[in-house]
Order: sequence, then structure tokens, then C-alpha cells
Amino acid sequence: MTTSTVGLAPATTALTRRPRRRLPFSPWHLLLVPVALLFMLPFVEMFLTSLTPASDINRFPPAFLPSHLTLSGYEKLFAESSILRWLLNTAVVSATSIVSHLVLCSLAGYGFARLRFPGRTFGFLAILATIMIPSQLLMIPTYVMFAKLGLVNNLGAAIVPWLASAFGIFLMRQFFLSLPAELEEAGRIDGCSRLQVFFRIVLPLARPAMATLAIFTLLGSWNDLVWPLVAINDEQNFTLQLGLTNFQGTRRTDWSLLMAGNVVATLPLMLLFLLAQKQFVATMASAGLKG
Amino acid sequence: MTTLGVRSRPQTAPTRRPRRRLTGEALAGWGFVAPALVVVGGLTLFPGIWALVLSFRSWDGFSPPTAVGTQNYQDLLTDAALGGAVLHTLLYTVMFVPASLLLGLLLATALNRRIRFIGLYRTAVFVPFVASAAATGILTTYLFSPQFGLVNNVLRVLHLPQQGWLEDSHQAMVVITIMSLWGQAAFTTVIYLAALQDIPGETIEAARIDGAGSAQIFWRVVWPQLRPVTTFVGIYQTLQAVQLFDLVYATTRGGPLDATQTIVYQIWTTAFQKLQFGYGSAVAYALFFVTLAVTVVVTLAQRRAGRTA
Repeated sequence: MTTSTVGLAPATTALTRRPRRRLPFSPWHLLLVPVALLFMLPFVEMFLTSLTPASDINRFPPAFLPSHLTLSGYEKLFAESSILRWLLNTAVVSATSIVSHLVLCSLAGYGFARLRFPGRTFGFLAILATIMIPSQLLMIPTYVMFAKLGLVNNLGAAIVPWLASAFGIFLMRQFFLSLPAELEEAGRIDGCSRLQVFFRIVLPLARPAMATLAIFTLLGSWNDLVWPLVAINDEQNFTLQLGLTNFQGTRRTDWSLLMAGNVVATLPLMLLFLLAQKQFVATMASAGLKG
Repeated sequence: MTTLGVRSRPQTAPTRRPRRRLTGEALAGWGFVAPALVVVGGLTLFPGIWALVLSFRSWDGFSPPTAVGTQNYQDLLTDAALGGAVLHTLLYTVMFVPASLLLGLLLATALNRRIRFIGLYRTAVFVPFVASAAATGILTTYLFSPQFGLVNNVLRVLHLPQQGWLEDSHQAMVVITIMSLWGQAAFTTVIYLAALQDIPGETIEAARIDGAGSAQIFWRVVWPQLRPVTTFVGIYQTLQAVQLFDLVYATTRGGPLDATQTIVYQIWTTAFQKLQFGYGSAVAYALFFVTLAVTVVVTLAQRRAGRTA
């Protein structure tokens, strides 16, 4: 299978901008304009509904545009739910996951790529094998295990499964393998220790791979629903996704409020995507090529 | 693998570097990999084996577990609810996988142009990828609501009949497929886009000079290059599709009339609502083995086809 970092290159170059030139009108616009509008429409509807007064939504037949815009959906959301708490919980889970992923996976990836030690091949194959184990197989024993350790129903439960991943180790190893070893040898000759070489020479070069890993971890931990659903019951410890779906069950008709919640849950990642689109797309590509 | 390592060590050890050096390297090596290995192993290998043990037991999580041999696996063969879930999962897979490949190929071809606003088009197609299943689910419920939904409202204006969508057991899975495609289109598109850009422009140019039409160029030049990618993405998307859960939970919760009950939804209810941890584990293992077998067979068949072609 394709190695991820090698696979990254074409995806990244695919999206680098070429020098601006006057381009003739292309018939492809006729296809792309409606496609782009269709893809954006659900988001437009989400923002619009979050600003629509409830009286408009419940009118029949529904209008396409609200009679006026209101923030009452957001007001109700912040007043009647613990959304800020959930947002904070999710931010804590994601931030911890990212930091831990970056530290543990780059250390392990470097170890597997560069250091020779007994059991290395076996350890790496064991890691690769775990990629094939589906999460629903692990859900039940992991829950029981966490329950016995007293780890359920708190924020730790949501964090622990995201501390490191086989995919992360694999991604970082592939990246380190692609780095020329001469740089590190030069550092070793100059008297740096293994760790010094790692932190001073290797890690600064690994920024693109680490950005990819950070985004992958952010997407996964921020949007995770199944595991928090299994492990957390206490509303104070809900993540955003869990809070939203729980809300949906009880407040099915309060659409401006639900959409306001959706906006709060989606907007941070959406803005980040717009800022770091190139890196996001490289991450998508590497997620697909991880096998 | 273990036996191999054990066997080779005594033979090669004498020829290796001096022992002290080796232990230093070994310590450093394990020091680098151990923390991540403990986390990943502890959260996958260990529970994976435990799940296998559990699948031969009957256990509610509180009272002592009883060994039931292969009873759980026998039960799942005659479980009517599970049979329904298998059918719904297959239905979703059959709709989702080919559609996602086709959509990805079409979008990648369209987005692989040097035209104005191409960045905007790409952004529009890629951005739904960051929306969570929970948010997408709530959005789906609203867009396809028979009363307030935009989709029925458009149908009304066009004087077309109103639909029940998620509230109609024949349409619910179709709606879920449509919204999965919306959220996941970016994925296949990116992969195909990368593959398309790997095809040298000269090859296509040469074919054009030789007088090949667009259709000929696609089938004779482009498609053969895309085939391995298609196999891989097809398998990957199939594995994703048979694990459908989030979007079902966030929209229909298995309804209406169990029409969107999927295999993983069954595993979740069996384990965490009915507290049948043993049976749930057996269903999860059965799913794992079947998908593994299918993946291996498809990969081998593709490899053989690739060799003879």
C-alpha cells in the first residue's frame, strides 16, 4: 500500500495555487456552480435557521427566508443548556489529545524509523495489526475496563482513547523514514544525545507531518460521538457532540436553538479549515492512504 | 512473529555489536516507543482479545459471567432483528459505496481544471468534511422534515408530491445515504484528484494527437491508471459503510419501523441497553471476520485481475 507521506505530496501540490493568468470562460463552470451551491446549501440553511424566529419556522407552508433575523435561538441555547461547558469539555479533550498524540506518536515513530532495538519489527507489526481492529469490537471491553478503573462518566474517559493511535505512529514513522539520516549523524558527531538530536534537529523538520497529525486528531476527537455516548452519562461531562444529540432527542421542535447549537459545534472547525485548507486536504488524503 | 524473533536472536547475537552498546540502544529504542505502545496496545490488543473471550460468554456486566461455548455465535445466525440489521447495512453499502466512488471521480475530474474560482469550488465541496455526524444528523432531520424541511418546500413549489423522508421506512436509508455523501464526498474526491494529477499530461496529449476522443482517452488512458486507487478506496469506503452508526443515531435512532437499524447500531443496543456484553461481542467479532474475509478475497481477486490484464 502507498505510504502516507509519499502519498501526501501529490495531494498537496494539487492544491497549491498556480500563478494568476487571464483564463477563458470554461463550460465546467456550468457544472461546478450548481454543485458548489448544492454542497453549501445545508450550511446556509443551518446559519439561516439559527437566526430565524420560532414563529417563522412553525408557520405552514414554510417560507424560504425568515421574516426577520433574531438571536433568540442563541440566547435560549446559552440560557437553557450547558453548551459553554460542553464546548470547554470538547476543547479540553481535543487539546489534550493533540498534544499527547504529537508527543507520543512522534517519539514512537522516530524510534521505529531510526533506532535499532530487539523487538522493533514485532512491535511495529503489532501496531500495524491494530489498525485493522474495528472500533466497535473494542467498545464493549474498553467500557468494562474503564468502568473497573473508575474512569467512566468523567472527562478522562473521553480523553484516554485519544492519547495515541496506531495511525499516528505509522504516519510519523513514514515521515521520519523519508528524512535524510545525514542530518542526524552530523548532530551525533557534534555530541548531541539521542533526545537532543530528536528535539533540536528532527522535530523542527517534522512540522508538516505534525500538522497533519494534529488535524487528524482534532477532527477525530472533536467530532467523536460513539465513545462519549458509551462512556459519559453526566451532563456536566458531555462533549459538544453528545450534548447536541441528547438535546435533539428532547428538543426536537426547537429548531432555531438546535441549529444555533450546530453552528457553535461546527464553526470552529470550519473556520480552521478555511485558514488551513491545504493542510486539511493533505490530512484527508493521508487518512485515505493509511492502509 | 514471536517465535521468529526468539529463534533468530541467539544465532545473530554473537555477531552483533558489544553487549553494552546493544542494551543502551535497546533501552533508548524502547524508551522512545514504549509510551505510545502501552496506550495503543492497552486500548486495542488487550480489549480485542478480551472481546474474543467475552464472545464465548454470557455476561450482563454485574453478575459473574458464564461460559456458553459457541452459543452466542449460533444465536446470531437465527436472530431475526440482526438479520434485518444486516439487510439494512447491505442496502446502505450498496447505495453509498458506488455513489461515493462515482461522485468522487466526477468531482475530481471537474475540480482538476485550471479555471477561475476553482479554489472556491474546491472549498465548497471540501468543507462539509469537517462537520460532525451529530451536526450533520440534526441538519438532515431539519432539511428532510416533512413539515418544515427545505426539501419538501422545494417540492411544493415545483408542484411535486410531498415525501415522508426520514419518517418513511422506505426512504429513510436513502436520505441517510444522501447526507453521508454530502459529508464524505471530499474524501473520495481528494484521493481521485491526487491520482488524476499523477497521470502525466503528455500521455493524454499524445493520445489526443493520435486522434483519440474524450471517451477513448478516459477509458483507454485515464481509467487504467485509476483502477488500483478505485479498488483501494472502494474497500475502504465499504469498511466505513458497514460500520454506519453515528448518522443513524443522530437522525432516526434505528427507526422508523427499524428500517435504519444497522449492524453496529445492533451491537450498541445489545451491549449498552440490553447489557448483553457477550452476545454483543460475538456480533462484533462476526462482523469483523466477515469484513476481513471479504477484504482479503477482493484484494486477491483484484491483484490476479491486474496481473492478467
